[in-house]
Amino acid sequence: MATKLNEATGTDRAEGRVGDSALRPDGTLKVTGEFAYSSDMWHEDMLWGCTLRSPHAHAEILSIDIGEAVKQDGVYAVLTYDDLPTEQKNYGLEIQDTPALAHGRVRHHGEPVALVAADHPETARRAAAKIRVEYRELPVIHDEESAIGEGAAVLHPDRDDHHAGHVPHPNIVHRQPVLRGDVRAAAERADVIVSGEYEVGMQDQAFLGPESGLAVPSEDGGVDLYVATQWLHSDLRQIAPVLGLPEDKVRMTLSGVGGAFGGREDLSMQIHACLLALRTGKPVKMVYNRSESFFGHVHRHPAKLWYEHGATREGKLTHIRCRIVLDGGAYASASPAVVGNASSHAAGPYVVDDVEIEALALYTNNPPCGAMRGFGAVQACFAYEAQMDKVAAELGLDPVEFRQRNAMSQGATMPTGQTVDAPAPVAELLRRVKARPLPPEKQWETGAGDAMSTDVRALPGGLSNTSHGEGVVRGVGYAVGIKNVGFSEGFDDYSTARVRIQAVGGEPVVMVHTAAAEVGQGGVTVHQQIARTELGVTQVTIQPADTQVGSAGSTSASRQTYVTGGAVKHVCELLREKVLARGRERLGTYHPAWATAELLLEGGKVVTEGGEVLAALIDVLGDEPLEAESEWRHRPTEAFDLVTGQGFGHVQYSFAAHRAVVEVDTELGLVKVIELACAQDVGKAMNPDAVVGQIQGGTTQGLGLAVMEEIVVDPQAKVRNPSFTDYLIPTILDTPTIPVDVLELADEHAPYGLRGAGEAPTLSSTPAVMAAVRAATGRALPRVPVRPEHIVG
Amino acid sequence: MEFLRPATWEEALAAKAEHPSAVPIAGGTDVMVEINFDARRPGHLMDLNRIRDLHEWEVGEENVRIGASVPYARIIDRLATELPGLALASHTVGSPQIRNRGSVGGNLGAASPAGDSHPALLAAGAEVEAESVRGTRFIPVEEFYTGVKRNALADDELIKNVHVRKAQGPQQFSKVGTRNAMVIAVCAFGIALHPESRVVRAGLGSVAPTPLRARVAEDFLNAALEDGGYWNSRATLPPSLAREFAELCVGACNPIDDVRGSAAYRRRAVGVMARRTLGWTWESYRKGGSQGRTTEGGAQCA
Repeated sequence: MATKLNEATGTDRAEGRVGDSALRPDGTLKVTGEFAYSSDMWHEDMLWGCTLRSPHAHAEILSIDIGEAVKQDGVYAVLTYDDLPTEQKNYGLEIQDTPALAHGRVRHHGEPVALVAADHPETARRAAAKIRVEYRELPVIHDEESAIGEGAAVLHPDRDDHHAGHVPHPNIVHRQPVLRGDVRAAAERADVIVSGEYEVGMQDQAFLGPESGLAVPSEDGGVDLYVATQWLHSDLRQIAPVLGLPEDKVRMTLSGVGGAFGGREDLSMQIHACLLALRTGKPVKMVYNRSESFFGHVHRHPAKLWYEHGATREGKLTHIRCRIVLDGGAYASASPAVVGNASSHAAGPYVVDDVEIEALALYTNNPPCGAMRGFGAVQACFAYEAQMDKVAAELGLDPVEFRQRNAMSQGATMPTGQTVDAPAPVAELLRRVKARPLPPEKQWETGAGDAMSTDVRALPGGLSNTSHGEGVVRGVGYAVGIKNVGFSEGFDDYSTARVRIQAVGGEPVVMVHTAAAEVGQGGVTVHQQIARTELGVTQVTIQPADTQVGSAGSTSASRQTYVTGGAVKHVCELLREKVLARGRERLGTYHPAWATAELLLEGGKVVTEGGEVLAALIDVLGDEPLEAESEWRHRPTEAFDLVTGQGFGHVQYSFAAHRAVVEVDTELGLVKVIELACAQDVGKAMNPDAVVGQIQGGTTQGLGLAVMEEIVVDPQAKVRNPSFTDYLIPTILDTPTIPVDVLELADEHAPYGLRGAGEAPTLSSTPAVMAAVRAATGRALPRVPVRPEHIVG
Repeated sequence: MEFLRPATWEEALAAKAEHPSAVPIAGGTDVMVEINFDARRPGHLMDLNRIRDLHEWEVGEENVRIGASVPYARIIDRLATELPGLALASHTVGSPQIRNRGSVGGNLGAASPAGDSHPALLAAGAEVEAESVRGTRFIPVEEFYTGVKRNALADDELIKNVHVRKAQGPQQFSKVGTRNAMVIAVCAFGIALHPESRVVRAGLGSVAPTPLRARVAEDFLNAALEDGGYWNSRATLPPSLAREFAELCVGACNPIDDVRGSAAYRRRAVGVMARRTLGWTWESYRKGGSQGRTTEGGAQCA
C-alpha cells in the first residue's frame, strides 16, 4: 500500500494506526456538504414541533388559553404542563429542577411554556403565537446581591437535592471551599500582596448545527428518538421518566451533530418532540432556528472573581485567597460540577501550599448556565493569570520567569491535597512558547517607497479600514492553565464498547459499536485507529451510536479518547484473546508457537513476537464472527470534602500555555491578534492532525471570549443579542496564525499514555490575549470580553 | 403571503400601485432574514430579479447610474475607480456571499442607520431615482432617509436607480465594528474630496436615527481650505484643522447606547475616523490625484 504523508505533521495517514494522522471517515461528507445533520432528517407524514417560550425572565403564569391555537387548520396538538403524562415533570443532569414545560412560574427569558405540532413549521409557529398566556411579572434576581440579599425570593423553594443541606442560602446551587495550610501565617511572609476583581461575561458554545431531532412513535407504545446530543444514555435517563416510559421503550440514535462544546449536555427538544409524537401518533421533527438556539441551551457561567496573591521578593508564591461567584441562572444544569472544577483549579498550575478558596454558583433569573469547554477552569484561569502578571510586575520580574519559579511539576500537591502523579511540564510549556521568534513588526506594510501599500487585513479593524497604522501598538502576553480530564469527584465514569470481527469477502473486518457521541472531535477516527492497532486489521467500521449498546459516557471533559478509547482498546484486547483461543483450538497443532509464544495480530495475520507468521486472520476466523463487549473505567476519584475541599478529586490533569501577540488600535480600542502560539502536553498524540485541530479550535474559542463573544443579558435578565448578527464569533480574519508545539509525555495511568486534549487550550488562550492587550495599552482590563470602550477608557 | 414576480419594470410599478404594502425583494439579504425570523409578514412579496435593467449600471459623464439590484460585489470589481468610497464601503458589507446578493438599492430600501453604503453615498453625492405609475422623481440622498428604517419613498414607489457622482478626488470609508470582518457597523464614516468644486463632504452612519452629513464640519473645513488656499497649494493640513473638523463631526452625532456600543464610544470613534480619513484623502490629494497609497485586502482607495 502506498503511504501518503501529511504535509502538516509529516505523519502517516494511510496506515491509520494509533499515532497516524488518519483521515476522518466523515470528513469528505462534511466538507462537501453531504453529511446528514440532525436538522436534515425527514420522515414521511411527519409533523413539525414548535415551542412557545416565555418573554419574561421571572413571572407567574396566571392562565394559558390554547383555544385559538388548537382551532387552526393543520394543528395536531397543543401541549402545556397539564398534558405531561406522569408525576415526573422535571428533568436535569444532576438535580431534576428543570420543568419539561413551565408550571405556574417561569424563571428565565425563553423558558418553554407550550408546544405545538402541525403539518408545516410555519403553521406550528403561527399557532404558537395564538396561545394566550397571562403572566404576572415578578421582581428579577440577576446577581449575587439580589439572589441572597435580604428578602430575596427563593427560586426553588422545595429543594431536596443533595446540595440543599450545605449551601448557605437556597439560591446558591452549590458552594465548595478549598482550604489548605495557614493562609494568615503565609501572608506574613509575603513581601508583596496583590489583589484584584475580575469578571467573565456569558460565552455561548455557538455550535453551528442548531438543536434538532426527530421522534418517531412505535407500535409498542414507545418512541424512537434521533437526536444530536453529547451523551445518549444521560438523555435517556432524563427523558424516559417524564414520558412515563421504561427506558427500553425509548430507543435513541445519535444523528449528525453540528458541534457541541458542552451545549448539548442538557436536554433541549428531546422530551418535547417525544411528547408531541406520542400524543399525535406521528413522527415529529423539531429544529430550532438560530435565535431560538440561544435560548435552547445553557451557556458558560458568567463569573465575578476576587483574588489575592502573595509572593516573596524571590518570586515565590506565599498564598492565594479567592472567591469565585458563578451565575448558574434559573436551573442547576452542571453548576455543581462547574463549582467543583472552579474551586479545585482556582490556584492554577502553581505550587502554593497555603490557600483559601471559595467557589459557588447562584440561582438567578438569568439564562441557565452549565457545561462549556473549560468548565469552570476557564473563568479561574482568566483571573489567576491576570494576577500572576500583576505580581510579577510588582516584583519587577519577567512574567514568564515568575510563572516558571512557581510552576508545578510531577509530584506537586494540588490545593485539594491531590498529588499530581503524571508529568506536569508547566515550566517547559512556557519556555517553548517564549522561545519562538516573534512575528515581524508592521505586517500591514507591503512594498516599499512609492510602491508602499497597506494590507488592512493585518491591522485592527481589518477590512473596515479604520487604521493604516495610526494608533497601533503591539503587545505580547503569556498564560498557562490546568484542566482536569474526565468526570471527577467520585463519579462512576465508564464507557462500554462492543467489538466484532469477521471475515467479509476474504478480508478480516472489525466493527466497533459504542454509544459515544461524535460531535466533531474525531472519536470515530480514533476508535478506528485503536481497532486497527490492536487487531492488526485495516478495515474497521464504526457502527452508529445508539442506546442498543451500553453507555459511553459524555463527549465532554476531554474524556472520550481516554475513556471510550480506553474501552475500545480493552475490548479489542479481549477480542484478540478470543481470536488467539480459536486459533489454538483450530490450528494449534500446525505450529508449536501457538502454544508457547506471545502472539500478536498484525497485518491481518497471527504472528509471533519474532515476526513469524502462524496463520492468516481469516483462516483463524472461518465463517463465524467473534465478538467481545465490556465496560471500562478509569481509576476512581473521590468527592471533595465539603468543608476543606480536600480529596483525590480528578482523574488526570492537562496543561497548555500560550503566547499572544496582538496589535491594538489604542485610539479606537480595536484588537487584531497576530499570533497565538500554543504548547500543550497531550501524553500521546493519537492522531497528530486532530490534536492540532483541537488545539487551534480551543485557542480560537478562547480568543473569542477575550475580544468579542458575549451573550448580553440586561438587568431585567433578558437576552439582548440572540443572533449571529450581534453574538460575534471569530471569523478567519480574526483568527491568527496558531503555531502549535505538541509534547508527548506519557501518563502511565492512561491508555497509550494519552491525555485529554480538547479543553486545555481554551483556558490559557483568553488570558494570554488579555495580557497582550494590557501590555499594549497599559490598562488593567479586568473583564472579558474586552470591548473597545474599555480599551479607550 | 402572496409572491409577485413582475417580468418588466412597468409590471412592477403596476403591481406596487395595486399593492402598496408589497415589499420588493432583490438579493433578499435583509428581507429574507426578517421573514425567516418572523420579524416581518408582508402581505405581498415582490421579486424584482426578473427585471434585467435593475442589474445594470452605466458610467456617464458626471454620474454613475447603478441599477437598484446591482450587487456590492459588482461595485467592488467594476466601479472602484469611479466610486472608490462606495467600493470601500461595499467591501465591508457582510460576507462574500452577502456581497454577491445584496445591493445598494436594497440598502436604501431598508434605510437602516447602520447601512454601510449610506455614508459613502452622502459623501460622494447621490440621488435616488424613485418611480411609480405616477412618474419619476430624483431624491437627493440626504433627503432620502427620514427616520430609523424609514425613507422618503411613497407607498407606490420603487427605487429604480441610484445616481452617484463620479469621484473627482480621493474618497475614503471607515467603519468600526467589534470584529475584523463580517460585522454590523458600530459607527461608520465616509469622506470625499471634490477638488473641482472645492468641497469636502462627510457622511456618518450609526450615530443618529438616520445616516447624515456632517454639515457644520464640512462648512468649517471648506471655509478653512478656501481661506488657507490649500486646494491650490496642496500644503499639508495643520493638525489643529483636522482636529477641529473631527470635533465638529462628533458634534453632528446623536448616538444611542445599544448592544453594539455606547454613545460615548461612538462619538469618540467618529472623531478618530474623521481625523484619519481626512488625513488619508488629503495626503492622496497632495500627491496629485486619486491614486495614492493603496490598500490590499479591501478595494483600492484614496
